[in-house]
Amino acid sequence: MSKKQKKVLFRILAAAVLLIAAHFLPLTGLALALCYLVPYGIIGWDVLWRAVRNIAGGQVFDENFLMSVATVGAFGTGEYAEAVFVMLFYQVGELFQDYAVGKSRKSIASLMDIRPDTANVEREGVITEEDPQDVAVGETVVIKPGERVPLDGVVTEGNSVLDTAALTGEAVPRDVGPGDAILSGCVNLRGVLRVKVTKPAEESTVSKILEMVENAGERKSRSESFITRFARYYTPGVVLAATLLFLLPTLALAVMPVPPVFLAGTVWNDWLNRALVFLVISCPCALVISVPLSFFGGIGGASRSGILVKGGNYLEALAETKTVVFDKTGTLTKGVFSVSAVHPEEGYTKEQVLEWAALAEQFSDHPIAGSLRAACAAQMDPSRAKDVEEISGHGVCASIDGHRICVGNARMMERESASWISCELPGTIVHVTADGFYAGHIVISDQVKPDAKAAIADLKASGVEKTVMLTGDAQAVAAAVAAELGVDEFHAELLPADKVELTERLLTAGNGKLAFVGDGINDAPVLTRADIGVAMGAMGSDAAIEAADIVLMDDRPGKLATAMRISRKTLRIVRQNIVFALGVKALVLVLGALGLAGMWAAVFADVGVSVLAVLNAMRAMRVEPSPGAEA
Amino acid sequence: MKKRFALTDLDCAACAAKMEDAIKKIDGVNDAAVSFMAQKLTLDAEDARFDAILDEVVRVCHKVEPDCVINR
Repeated sequence: MSKKQKKVLFRILAAAVLLIAAHFLPLTGLALALCYLVPYGIIGWDVLWRAVRNIAGGQVFDENFLMSVATVGAFGTGEYAEAVFVMLFYQVGELFQDYAVGKSRKSIASLMDIRPDTANVEREGVITEEDPQDVAVGETVVIKPGERVPLDGVVTEGNSVLDTAALTGEAVPRDVGPGDAILSGCVNLRGVLRVKVTKPAEESTVSKILEMVENAGERKSRSESFITRFARYYTPGVVLAATLLFLLPTLALAVMPVPPVFLAGTVWNDWLNRALVFLVISCPCALVISVPLSFFGGIGGASRSGILVKGGNYLEALAETKTVVFDKTGTLTKGVFSVSAVHPEEGYTKEQVLEWAALAEQFSDHPIAGSLRAACAAQMDPSRAKDVEEISGHGVCASIDGHRICVGNARMMERESASWISCELPGTIVHVTADGFYAGHIVISDQVKPDAKAAIADLKASGVEKTVMLTGDAQAVAAAVAAELGVDEFHAELLPADKVELTERLLTAGNGKLAFVGDGINDAPVLTRADIGVAMGAMGSDAAIEAADIVLMDDRPGKLATAMRISRKTLRIVRQNIVFALGVKALVLVLGALGLAGMWAAVFADVGVSVLAVLNAMRAMRVEPSPGAEA
Repeated sequence: MKKRFALTDLDCAACAAKMEDAIKKIDGVNDAAVSFMAQKLTLDAEDARFDAILDEVVRVCHKVEPDCVINR
């Protein structure tokens, strides 16, 4: 409990004791009123003061004003004990609500508490403890076993195993040794590591993640906008109703000689009391708080599972997703290609074809280039390749040892008008030409991720109507993968621009929202075009984190189904809270108008409901692992 | 220019919504968001007059919720 909360608690206790004491005093009239005024002052002075101050500032209809009018009104009608009790109950409720909200904010924040406060910096042989903010790029930090990596860097000394659970949600240990880049937020499990810092604290992975999750509140969901808009009309509306509820019957009683049936037996005092009940119920806070808290909880829970959601609006949209479009390579398949065959034409050797291809592709970050390089045993001299030119969607051309070498797909061969031949093996075929003549082709194949099939089935089970796979790969390869995974539709041999166009067509064709899942490396245009752009395997990839709306930190497509489950659960809680809060308020309004609900019920409808809504919202942060996650 | 400010003693969600509305109405403010959960204000306003606009934001917020302090 904070100091402020303790003070309020003390006032509550003091007022409660005095209220009981006043109840037993044998006094009447003005003296009794004065006796009740003491506990009322103790418990309610700040509310009254704030009400006056806020009205002076042009803010009417806030909680303080409403509570002040209601309790002063009750005092005026002679309900002294009731007035003190209502104020007391209100303060208890506020305190409890404040405490609950603070507690839940903290526990959600602690989910994300993955940023270490200190770093052990080695300066001139002496290790000192410093704030990570004060560590410069290029300095060396020492990370002992059990400690969290404070800053992104490269290991210079030591071998260990890192626990990446804080970033990915999965406790998969990763071996690291000298030369390996490591990310802040991971936990060092075994040996002592010396790490050269490569990024300042504010650009480190852990800071970026925290910033993203904290700022998720900026992008408001539709339900949140709805409830704040609603609250704007709700309070003045109920206050107006309260005024009418008092004025009309009072006038009728005063003017009409024979009052209508529903007024029979009532006096103006009763109607004033009922109007005051209305005022208490008209406070909007229970509504306004529960919705953003639920989204905050859902986003916090998701981030603990390695799913970063950039805003409540995206979490909301995810629940309405009917179409999921996947990029194939690196998303559904491992994206780790290996050369499975080399078929040279007559007059060329296997080694020659492979070497040319690897040299031409040496600067490319396409996964295929990596596997070509990996397949070349001999140490290559990179300077042999000159004038390297990458042609998007086709391949690469370069001048190697004086020969013009072009490496690429069938489209590249047509562009070069070489007489190429197709291969009977499944996989990606990389054709090579030398000085315009066909030199042969290399077969590269990729493997489907182990949980990809389960992920597709899981998505289908959770309400996705259509799954689509897009790839720049050959038709035959795409067909084989599509059949294996059970996706509904696939489009092969696409250029990056085709992917955007196809996604746009799917956007207009389908109902519900469309999510695009890619690896975030070269599909940024599609990520931004889709309703929800999901980047996966994004650990350490700034570009992907930038472009996507939802980031899956590890590279398992099954996480998308988990994210959808979280979004559905969050929305369910949001709806429950809205219906519950509005329902209880409406019920007490009706009962209050009929004279059946007193101030107590009204205060419960205000603060009691908001406490319950807060507790319910907390459920959003608990995440059950997806059934497919074990695959 | 977009800047974020921490808020102290922002006690109610309805006030946060009111503050946000009031800030958005200030001339020169492109966008604003007050997050009750993160206790943060995000202000996107014209570069040239940013400081003047921020002064206005502080004044407006003080009117809406006098207890809440913007840490600049």
